[in-house]
Amino acid sequence: MAEPVLQVENVSKRFGGLLAVDKASFTADKGRITALIGPNGAGKTTLFSIISGFAKPTEGHIRYRGVDITGQPPHLLARQGIARTFQIVQPFTGLTVRENIAVGSHLYRAGRVEALDAATEIAEVLDLGNMLDQPAASLTVAGRKRLELARALAIEPRLLLLDEVLAGLNPSEVRDMLPVIRAIANRGVTIVMIEHIMQAVMSLAEQVFVLSEGRIIAQGAPQAIAADPRVIEAYLGRGAAERMSAGAVHG
Amino acid sequence: MLSSVILVPAVLNGLMTGAVYALVALGLTLIYGVLHIINFAHGALLTAAMFAVFFTYKLLGVDPYVAAVGLTPLFFVIGYALQRYVIGPAAHGDDRNILLVTLGLAVVIENALLYAFRADTRTINLPYAFDVIEFHNAFLAKPRVIACAAVIGVALVLGILMRFTSTGKAIRAVAKEKLGAELAGIDVAHIYAVTFGIGTACLAIAACLLMPTYYVNPHAGNAFVLVAFTVVVLGGMGSVTGALLGGLFVGVVESLCGLYLGESLGQIGIFVMFILVLLLRPNGLFGERA
Amino acid sequence: MKGISTILVVTTLLALVPIVTTSNVVLNFLVTTLLIALVGQGWNLLGGYGGQYSFGHAAFFGTGAYATAILQLRFGVNAWVAFGFAIAAGALVGAIIGALSFRSGLKGSYFALVTLAFAEVLRIIASVAPVTGAGVGLLVKLDLRPEAFQFQSRLPFYIIAVALVAIAMIVVRLIEDSRFGAYLVAVRENEDAAKALGVNVVRTKLIAMTVSAAITASGGAFYAQYFLFVDSGIAYGPWISIEALLAPIIGGVGTVFGPLLGALVVKTLGELAKHVTGDAPGLDLVIYGSVLVLVVAFAPRGIAGLVASVRNLFQKARETAAGERSRG
Repeated sequence: MAEPVLQVENVSKRFGGLLAVDKASFTADKGRITALIGPNGAGKTTLFSIISGFAKPTEGHIRYRGVDITGQPPHLLARQGIARTFQIVQPFTGLTVRENIAVGSHLYRAGRVEALDAATEIAEVLDLGNMLDQPAASLTVAGRKRLELARALAIEPRLLLLDEVLAGLNPSEVRDMLPVIRAIANRGVTIVMIEHIMQAVMSLAEQVFVLSEGRIIAQGAPQAIAADPRVIEAYLGRGAAERMSAGAVHG
Repeated sequence: MLSSVILVPAVLNGLMTGAVYALVALGLTLIYGVLHIINFAHGALLTAAMFAVFFTYKLLGVDPYVAAVGLTPLFFVIGYALQRYVIGPAAHGDDRNILLVTLGLAVVIENALLYAFRADTRTINLPYAFDVIEFHNAFLAKPRVIACAAVIGVALVLGILMRFTSTGKAIRAVAKEKLGAELAGIDVAHIYAVTFGIGTACLAIAACLLMPTYYVNPHAGNAFVLVAFTVVVLGGMGSVTGALLGGLFVGVVESLCGLYLGESLGQIGIFVMFILVLLLRPNGLFGERA
Repeated sequence: MKGISTILVVTTLLALVPIVTTSNVVLNFLVTTLLIALVGQGWNLLGGYGGQYSFGHAAFFGTGAYATAILQLRFGVNAWVAFGFAIAAGALVGAIIGALSFRSGLKGSYFALVTLAFAEVLRIIASVAPVTGAGVGLLVKLDLRPEAFQFQSRLPFYIIAVALVAIAMIVVRLIEDSRFGAYLVAVRENEDAAKALGVNVVRTKLIAMTVSAAITASGGAFYAQYFLFVDSGIAYGPWISIEALLAPIIGGVGTVFGPLLGALVVKTLGELAKHVTGDAPGLDLVIYGSVLVLVVAFAPRGIAGLVASVRNLFQKARETAAGERSRG
């Protein structure tokens, strides 16, 4: 029986006159990969900010491992096992790759040497081993994405929020990342990923939630979602689903 | 306890002082609103302008109000050049560096004045400096009434400039959305420099308005500018209305505090207000939300 | 630890300078240089490592100076004990200003502004309050005995100054290599990313500010013992706030030796200015301000940064040469 590690309950977020998130609810089960998809501006990153403590919801609650964590600040959530990557990568540009990751490793290790060693290990797993002493600023986009992931893993999270971690990668880089993400989930980490790259969603996610204009409009297994007319319309516009099926009929 | 005979003039005097504060604050808030930098050199530039007014009078015999015609464009150019050729390039766009560069400029200007003219306090004595206008039992010094009127004039002119000229529109565009403005073909470095120049020109006008009734020494500008900072954080960084209303407000408060508490404690009052506003509501009453 | 041995070597060499020369002029120059290095070391912890630029470090310098003077003059406290209390007083002021500023989320220019304002408020209060001697200032009673932290010759002062700077550098080095140090530079680089990794940003800044203030206050207290006179302009004036940040920026922000290197440059420039123009006030600060702008424009990582760049150039040259040799 899958237990929900994350329960987002009727969360709304209003910015002045704009309702960015509208009574969104979803759950993520332990050790599973849950995808949060939807057109741009749907409110996905806002939801992540709320879950990770960077923003407070106007309404609703977030439950993590059964406990209400709504409104707690990010650093406390990190210490409870919630990690996130940022949509626009945020490396510590003045530090080396190893030092970047070590900041995360220090959460459970007070000693500098231990933290640096742990950072080295994680870097090796994510194929950053030969760049450990380079400044983070010198990494390519793909490298920075992997660094972002490595840092998040360094705090040994139970819940990992990946915000478009594959964006900006070329197809072979994407292909290389998929098994890495799968391996993380296999170790028992619950993953929620915002993603636009459907190939990744299809191959990784066990459960998909679709967010459009702040509302969850569909949920289910990836294949079902892909065929859902509401989802198609959210991405391609009203009537698109009909046009597509009409086109299919006439060949 | 205080009759209107004492209160009314105090308030009116406060308003007139406040008008000059508002003008100084206007330059500061404009620079912040467009360049998003806090110009630590503002005080030193005001002092420089005040020295310029002083020497224009002493050496050329030109009345400060007349001198404004020449000094305003001069200081516009100085401000333009400082931003375009010193601050902008030196800072490489890094916020921390901009802080340091404007601080460095402030130190250089203020101490260059100290070195050149020494610490003596100087005043100019105008024949009409002590003329008063009578208004409802209050005797208002003529220069200060002129100052108040002039500030209103400047505010109106700036308002027209901002709204109806293409430069003004470009400035507003850059303030709102720099990248978009750049993409639309606006020369951002030039606009930054123009804005800085306007801010400095405001200081030149303020100096001309101040000198008839005030004094100048190398530290004089700082006293004003710290008040101006208070006005700007109170009224909101980047808000022109805030600078104007805030200036008047602070002027009146200072005048009333001076009545009750005396000179030096009045100064502390302003600083304390400044710190409190920074801590509690750094965007001020009218400013943009962070 | 490797850094510490370098520190000990350098400071021992410095301590041996009096063997080479007993000139009072040189010793005085070095003492004031070390004083600025000490104050700069304090600023550097918060500014260079933590990325929070304070424009009002005079607040801590002056508190240290006044605290030791007042404790001795009004309460007859022993000078050495007063020295300790002065450091604590400075740390307390740092903690208060830090708590107020960081809890309100002030950063960047706003933080610089508020520290400037706090220092000015203290200066004004000190210039009118009787306890600080108001406009006249305080004269620490002349008592040339070691128990009173005063000495007949400059030499013991010099050795103590070297020791204080050494201690400050060792403290910074230890922080550099600790979890706190890693968190501090993370806060400097990117606060949000740091938060997401479990760093309590406000607490980190606050601790840095407190230690920074303590180090700077020790400089202030030493000043009071060395010059035996404090007034509001000396204690809380802009000159010390500027020298506190100028030394690390010239020498290299965020490095252990930056403040010392920078202090040497600052003081040398000051002496040159005095030789060229006599005692006309203002010129030294004009030079300091210009140097600040120039350093920011052309060498933002200071002397230490230039050294590192040169070393990188040599390393790249060696690598290219090795590459060519293996190919050829």
